[in-house]
Amino acid sequence: MKYDVCNARLIKSKEIAKGIFDFVIECPQLAQKAQAGQFAHIAVPGKTLRRPISICDATDQTLRIVFQIKGEGTQILSETKVGESIDILAPLGHGFTIPKGKKIAFVGGGIGVPPMLYSAKRADNAVAILGFRNKDAVILEEDFKSVCSKVYVATDDGSYGIHGFTTDILKDVIDEVDMVCSCGPTPMLKALAAICKEHNTPCQVSLEERMGCGIGACLVCACKTLDKNGNVEHSHVCKKGPVYNAEEVVW
Amino acid sequence: MADLKVKVAGVEFNNPLIAASGTFGFGREYSEFYPLSTLGGISCKGITLQARPGNPAPRIAETPSGILNAVGLQNPGVDHFVKEDLPWLKEQNTVIIANIAGNSYDDYCKMAEKLSDTAVDMIELNISCPNVKSGGVQFGTSCESVGAITKAVRKYCKKPLIIKLSPNVTDIVSIAQSAEAEGADAISMINTLTGMRIDINTGRPIIRNNTGGLSGPAVFPVAVRMVYQVAQAVNIPIIGMGGISTWQDAAEMLIAGATALQIGTVLFKDPYAPVKINKGLNEFLDSKGIKSVTELTKTIKPW
Ligand SMILES: Cc1cc2nc3c(=O)[nH]c(=O)nc-3n(C[C@H](O)[C@H](O)[C@H](O)COP(=O)(O)OP(=O)(O)OC[C@H]3O[C@@H](n4cnc5c(N)ncnc54)[C@H](O)[C@@H]3O)c2cc1C
Ligand SMILES: Cc1cc2nc3c(=O)[nH]c(=O)nc-3n(C[C@H](O)[C@H](O)[C@H](O)COP(=O)(O)O)c2cc1C
Ligand code: FES
Repeated sequence: MKYDVCNARLIKSKEIAKGIFDFVIECPQLAQKAQAGQFAHIAVPGKTLRRPISICDATDQTLRIVFQIKGEGTQILSETKVGESIDILAPLGHGFTIPKGKKIAFVGGGIGVPPMLYSAKRADNAVAILGFRNKDAVILEEDFKSVCSKVYVATDDGSYGIHGFTTDILKDVIDEVDMVCSCGPTPMLKALAAICKEHNTPCQVSLEERMGCGIGACLVCACKTLDKNGNVEHSHVCKKGPVYNAEEVVW
Repeated sequence: MADLKVKVAGVEFNNPLIAASGTFGFGREYSEFYPLSTLGGISCKGITLQARPGNPAPRIAETPSGILNAVGLQNPGVDHFVKEDLPWLKEQNTVIIANIAGNSYDDYCKMAEKLSDTAVDMIELNISCPNVKSGGVQFGTSCESVGAITKAVRKYCKKPLIIKLSPNVTDIVSIAQSAEAEGADAISMINTLTGMRIDINTGRPIIRNNTGGLSGPAVFPVAVRMVYQVAQAVNIPIIGMGGISTWQDAAEMLIAGATALQIGTVLFKDPYAPVKINKGLNEFLDSKGIKSVTELTKTIKPW
């Protein structure tokens, strides 16, 4: 079984920045299968659809997710109490490919930062480039420091770390890395992909789309990508993605 | 243990639950959870003569107790289905229904003819997809056109023929009667109700297609009403669907007049819904001392 549904116990909940929650969920069967860049599809009481949330980290026993309150669904999820159970379908999708012996830059923007953590852990030599709106939005810096040889933190307004964007930093370090893995707002991913293309550096991007089933059956989570022969097709973010090679994506 | 077997147009189903077209793909993804023989049958994703890319995203929006979708019949085409999906599906020990849509009489007839020479168990004519200009809904909204398309396809279709009805019509009863009169073996109903959601900050519809089809618990009472009305007026079996989420819903739809059921949207939240619904139905029948689920059909006692 590649994925399954589990009623998993919430064992840790912490608001790590305003409106951003860090959950640790106990579900050994699913956690042991989780790969970097995959996601969990989480049911919230009273809602018809599950909510897709990336796997931020995993151990033999637990999955960790970090999510931001956006609307009602994530609001309800954030109110889950430690000890209560969460209905989770995981691990889903195709994650990051992390080759051995390479130096990889993990670039995350905003709520795109969490999914990079488990991936960075898997790399032999990881560099993190994390971008946030301002000082109050900075999350997971210490976690990345414990698994990366270097961590750059940038804020849009200069209130913390480097004043600027992740793209500016990537331009400075791209010649030192073999590969780039990224998640964040689409304009950022598009700009990162362009820089990587210019430098002939392989780039993987994690995309978002609204989802139904989360497993590839209902076809609602379409995004425009190129197939093996270079023809434009609608592939499905929940199954072929969320992580794509940047060259496959039709921006 | 009550007997859950049902028969629709001579085809036997192990239980009354069929996966609704478009929500279950061609079955592979859900076979991770349970053997597909857990279901009485599978109505496959709607297929067309040629492959179609479908609509741009977003294709889905959540609504109170429901969802809107506008996938736009993305599918690999009938030949691909027959070659790549059907052989595997036929090994799953469940009834396989091909759901077909088209632009013209010719499309429908050609597909029905092709599929008649394959191992599919039944053909479901989708003349009710609200999400593409040429997805067949033009055939589904008047008695004349439903009668005409049923008659045309009937000539080429050697399999039991199910006509899937749109709820976006003035008088679904007379449409069902037209399908019956022209040779339909069964009716399935309802397809989605046309709806819309708008982002109040941008003024843009959430779905890229602007409008989409509403499904899920929100449509359940509409579906029950329509199945009830049609069951009073036709003699062919009805496959009831639209928002069924629990065994109680399943029982209600059978009582309203359905012989078998399809479930779709509920699977997105609970892939195990078929297991739970069958178990609940079974216990309900036992508690009532009813031996076979078929005894529930159309037992409604209207005031
Ligand atoms: C693969 C993937 C991984 C994600 N990982 C994370 C993560 O790690 N942390 C995090 O905070 N957020 C993540 N998101 C975004 C998260 O899914 C949405 O913020 C969330 O679904 C919003 O739900 P809501 O009910 O609060 O908002 P509402 O706007 O009320 O949601 C309404 C509907 O739209 C959908 N929706 C709204 N925004 C998005 C979006 N951006 N992407 C997909 N569906 C959306 C909802 O799922 C729901 O069905 C991820 C999205 C995807 C596709
Ligand atoms: C994502 C999605 C795709 C669908 N695609 C099709 C389709 O290809 N052909 C079809 O006849 N009905 C299609 N339908 C309609 C369903 O088969 C069913 O009629 C409807 O969803 C009502 O049942 P439900 O509320 O249990 O989902 C689709 C529904 C959904 C939600
Ligand atoms: S969400 Fe159903 S195919 Fe991706």
